[in-house]
Order: sequence, then C-alpha cells, then structure tokens
Amino acid sequence: MPTQKTLAVTGNTMVAEAMRQCAPDVMAAYPITPQTTIVEEFAKYVANGRVHTEYVTVESEHSAMSACVGASAAGARVMTATSSQGLALMWEELHIASGMRLPIVMANANRALSAPINIHCDHSDIMGARDAGWIILFAEDAQEAYDNTIISVRIAEHPDVMLPVMSTLDGFITTHSIDRAQIMDDETVKAFVGEYKPENALLDTDNPVSHGNFAGLGGPYFEFKKAQRNAIDRSAAVITAVADEWSKICGRPFGNVEGWGMEDAELAIVAIGSTAGNARHVARELRAQGVRVGVLKVRVFRPFPFADIADALVGCKAVAVLDRAESFGAEGGPLFLEVRSALYDRDERPAMVNYIYGLGGSDVKLELMRQVYSDLSDLADGAQVPGRLVYLGTR
Amino acid sequence: MATIKELSTREDRLSGGHRLCAGCGASIAVRQVMLGAGMTPIVAGCATGCLEVSTTIYPYSSWKTPFIHNAFENSAATVSGVESAFKGLQRAGKIPADKKMKFVAFGGDGGTYDIGLQSLSGAMERGHDMVYVCYDNGAYMNTGIQRSSATPLGAWATTAEVGKVGQGKPMRRKDLTSIIAAHNVPYVAQGSISEWKDLTQKAEKAFAVEGPAFLNVFAPCPRGWRIPYNKTVEIASLATKTAFWPLFEVEDGEWKMTTKRVTRENRLPIEEFLKPQGRFAHLFKPGNEALLASVQAEVDRNFDYVLKRCGL
Repeated sequence: MPTQKTLAVTGNTMVAEAMRQCAPDVMAAYPITPQTTIVEEFAKYVANGRVHTEYVTVESEHSAMSACVGASAAGARVMTATSSQGLALMWEELHIASGMRLPIVMANANRALSAPINIHCDHSDIMGARDAGWIILFAEDAQEAYDNTIISVRIAEHPDVMLPVMSTLDGFITTHSIDRAQIMDDETVKAFVGEYKPENALLDTDNPVSHGNFAGLGGPYFEFKKAQRNAIDRSAAVITAVADEWSKICGRPFGNVEGWGMEDAELAIVAIGSTAGNARHVARELRAQGVRVGVLKVRVFRPFPFADIADALVGCKAVAVLDRAESFGAEGGPLFLEVRSALYDRDERPAMVNYIYGLGGSDVKLELMRQVYSDLSDLADGAQVPGRLVYLGTR
Repeated sequence: MATIKELSTREDRLSGGHRLCAGCGASIAVRQVMLGAGMTPIVAGCATGCLEVSTTIYPYSSWKTPFIHNAFENSAATVSGVESAFKGLQRAGKIPADKKMKFVAFGGDGGTYDIGLQSLSGAMERGHDMVYVCYDNGAYMNTGIQRSSATPLGAWATTAEVGKVGQGKPMRRKDLTSIIAAHNVPYVAQGSISEWKDLTQKAEKAFAVEGPAFLNVFAPCPRGWRIPYNKTVEIASLATKTAFWPLFEVEDGEWKMTTKRVTRENRLPIEEFLKPQGRFAHLFKPGNEALLASVQAEVDRNFDYVLKRCGL
C-alpha cells in the first residue's frame, strides 16, 4: 500500500530523496550553485550507508558526465546533477550520452549563463542543451521535481527509448525555497522504478562489446542519428504511459502540458517552470473579474508536445509566450519558436507575442503578469503588438 | 614475472588487421601492456586518436575485450566511471563479490599531456583501481603531426614549423611522468616498446596494485617522425640509450631506474637518436649548432633529474 508523507521541503531535497529512492549504482557529480544541496544531501546518504551507490566526486562537470557515460555503458544505473556553467561544460558529453543511447538521469538547477556571471534562475543553460538529444522535463515546484525525477528513470531505461533524461527545476526559486511536497515510501518507489537490466554492458566480460566506435568514412553515422530521432519520437508515448502509472500511485496528475482555464480561454500565457504559478495567480484574479484568461504550462520540452500545445491554444484570440532564455538573433525565445511552429498547420491561429523575462533571476512580479494579460487584451481587440519580442520588466 | 614463453601463451587482446600504419608504435604498446594483465578480464578505454579510429571502425572492433571510446580528453574519467560501476554493482550484489576485473585507459600524448591532463589528474587523485597508459609519440599524429607538450625541444611539427625564423618547437617537453608521480599513486613507470620485458613487467605491476597506476610508454610514429616504418623499435631503443627516455619506475614513492645499462658516462650522444629522424633534420644544418647543443643539455638535465630522484 503506497503511503506518502507531507513535508515542508526544498526542491533540491526532493530531488535528492528521489535519487536515493531510485538507488543509482553510480553518481558522478561536481558541485555548482544552486545544485549543491542535491550532491551534499546525497553525500550524507552515502556516508550513512543509506545507498549502495558508488559516489564519484569528480574534478569537473566534464568529467562528471564522462564518468556517467563510462558507468552507464558499463551497465550501471547512473545519475548526476548540475547547473548553468556546469551544464555548458558538459555540452560535448551531453551529445555523446544521447548518441551512445545511455539512460542517464540528470537534474539541472536552471540558472543563467555567464557573462556577466550570475547565479540566479533563468533557462539559458537548459535551452542551450535543448538539441543535445536528451528528453527534457521541467518542474514548476518541489513536488513536480520529485515526481519528474522518479518517472525519468523509467522513461530513460525503457527499451523503446534508451535515452538520457534531464529533470530540471528552477534555480533558487524551486531548488532552495521551502515548499509543501509529498514523498512516497521507499518500497513503492523501488517497485515502481524496478531493476535496471542493461544490454551490451561493458562489465559483461563473457560477451565483449565495443562502445563509441568510429562511424565515419562512409559509415552509418546518419542512420544512427535517424535511430535517435525515432527513439525520442517513441518516448512521447512512453512518457505518457509511465507518468499515468505514477499518477495512479501518487494521485497527482501529469500532463505534457498542463492548462488552467484553457477550456474557454481567449487570452493565454504559455510558460515553463516556476513562473506558471505566478501566471495562474493573476489568471485567477482576472477570472474573478470575468476575463476569460488561461495559463498553459509546458512540462515536457523534449520531445516537444506540438499537438497538445496546438490543441490547447487553437481557440484563443491572443497568446503570450514567456521565454526565460534568449536565442539571440532569432525571431524569439526558444519556447516561442516552438509554440509558433506548433500552430502553423492549424487553420485558426491566435495572435502571438513573445516576452523575454526573468533573465539572471530578474524578479517575476505579479504586476508583470498583469501587464502581459493587459497587452493580450489590447491585442485581441486589434491593437498593434508592442513588437513581436518584448523584454518584460527590464529597468 | 612471466617468462617470454608464458607471455606467448596469453591471449592477444588487440587483434591484428586493424588500420594503424605499418610500424606504428601504439599497437605494440597496447599489446605489451595488456599482456601484463595476465588472464584477468579487462575493460579497456581509449581517447580519441589514431589508436581509437584505427581499431574501432564500425561495425568492426580489434578489441577482444570490452572496449569504450568516449571523447578526446576524458579517457581517464570515462574508465573511472566504468570502474565505479563495477564497485557499485558489486555492492548491490549484481556482480559476485569475488569477481576480479581490471580497467585500463589508453591515450596518446595529446590526449594525456594536454587536453586530458585534468581528467587524468582527477582519476589518479580519486584512487580508482585502474591503469592509465599514455602512448607517447610526441605530437598530435591523428590530426597531422601538430606539436603537443610532449613534442621534444627542436622537433619539427606542422604547428612548429621550420623556416627562416622558426626552427621547430622552441619549448622543452612537459615531464608528465613526474607530474603523475607527484599524485602519490601506488605505481608510476616510464617504459618503451623497444624494451618488451621491462614494459610487460611494469604492466604486470601496474595491474597488480590496488588503486591507480600510470604507464608512460615511448611509442614512435614513423609517419610523424619521418622514419622508415621498419625502424620503429630501433629508434625507440636509441631513445633509451641516449637517455632521452630513461626507463624508471616509482613504486609507493620509491624511484628506481629499471635498467642499469644507461649511465651518465655511457649514454650515447643525442645525435644518435636525432639524426635518423626527418623531424630533426634542420638541427644538423649550419647555424643550428647552438640549438643542437641545447637539445643535448635538456636531455642531460632531465636524465640528471631522474637519476637524482633514483638516488644515483
């Protein structure tokens, strides 16, 4: 019988607890703010003998992911955590982990990239890794960070998928704030994630295999990439199935996208991560005044849920896409580009505007959300957009 | 230590038919080192480089043992991950507690002295039970003979050109073996493919210790050194006889020369090593006498240092 305890807890603690419950054979990690409390809490589990994990305290994030690649190819269940510059330093290895089809699970504490140096939340780091071939999940709060981490293991290790998964949470806002969250009992999580049965493990010395071979000189590099594309496409159904199974156990719903008020919304905000809560708060106020507003939160970013997003937005008059990351020189932020593309094939398309907000932890105040809805209202009434891309809340 | 007769019965874990150049020192180094592992199962890793691209062309593999290539600078970190998986899975009861395995990472001098130094240093410091083997041919051979920090003083390379002003690499080599010895790991040694007995014995010791071990193996590259492909072993031998490449080991902090044959008094002049190699041809042209003398001085300085560390 699954039993849950309600805790007052940070997002990082929930991630560390989820990792402990999923019992990785190897964790190779390097400290970086604001991920540090994950690796610190995990070090306590190791010191207290609560996990069997071999904990590899590497000398850099590049070596963290390199060791994860080695350990995963060896046949171990492998986890790590990073943030920002650390994720950027891993860039080379991110592509190798997915290209070698290794089911590594990594938490990322979403944080701005230098320069100038900044330790606070935005999505520049994770959006920089969006084409690395990883499945990417976003958490709004500590609870989602926990649930996403647990389902990540099953998704990554699923035979139809065999891809690494990044389970992300917003730096400081979610990693460090005390939140209300429920933790499942260890046995239930253990049974849910099950035992990892690797194929082609390096440590199976009776059946020697070579990993990381050279596929140039007219070799099948292109075909390997197509196989990777097929795998991440297949992962969409696996994510749904695994998340449904976990939802039935824990009683919390999971959607690739999660709407609030989207059934009849005329004006909608599309957001990722912790900001969805701010948008919902203001949406509730406006709904009380009779304005038909909604919020669409994107929880799965890779594979991108094009159909779910288009279905949710197609009846709206005006849509604001909130990007907490830049794609300098592009038509908009990364989320905007994807959302706009999702609507291209639909006959009915809402007016759309892109807001770049909250870079480097710039405060996402409620009045900014009110301003966005006010702009959307003007836009729906036929007013000119202030520009397709708006910097929201700069001083 | 195994006799040559015993060694001849051991499985050769790098198969022939790979696509390394004729006369390549790297495959000789790999085969001699892996002989030292005896019959223990090994997982081998390799940095990006000649050895890797020539032995693992998909769907083929020359490795008759589990093998992993990850990237250029992280052979040590990658194999440290494999070794950690072994420990974690043993603790989980998924691998029998009495199973013994060995882990070896290979890298060229570019992947070890330069871009992989941090990864190697980290793995050595963390105490993984693994052997790291650098096959040192003194340049980035896979990309076309560019200079590395292992390239000798005065050597020509495609990024240390010889011209009206430039006369090859103006800097001396990095002493990587001493750097790893300073990590106080249980076993560090410098060997050469020309001294098979010395090298396989060192490999046996490296695999036998609990914890990290490092072997720096001199492995000529005929293509990059501009020597005939049938002179690989001869040139390697001259490197030890001229004391360009002293053969020594550091066992639990104790430095020891492993050959008594080469001394300050009887070491051959460095010209014997340099002259047969096209990459040093410019050193023998008029006007470069001082440069040639400085190469000899650098070899002597390094040899004196090693002798001193060995208490000789």
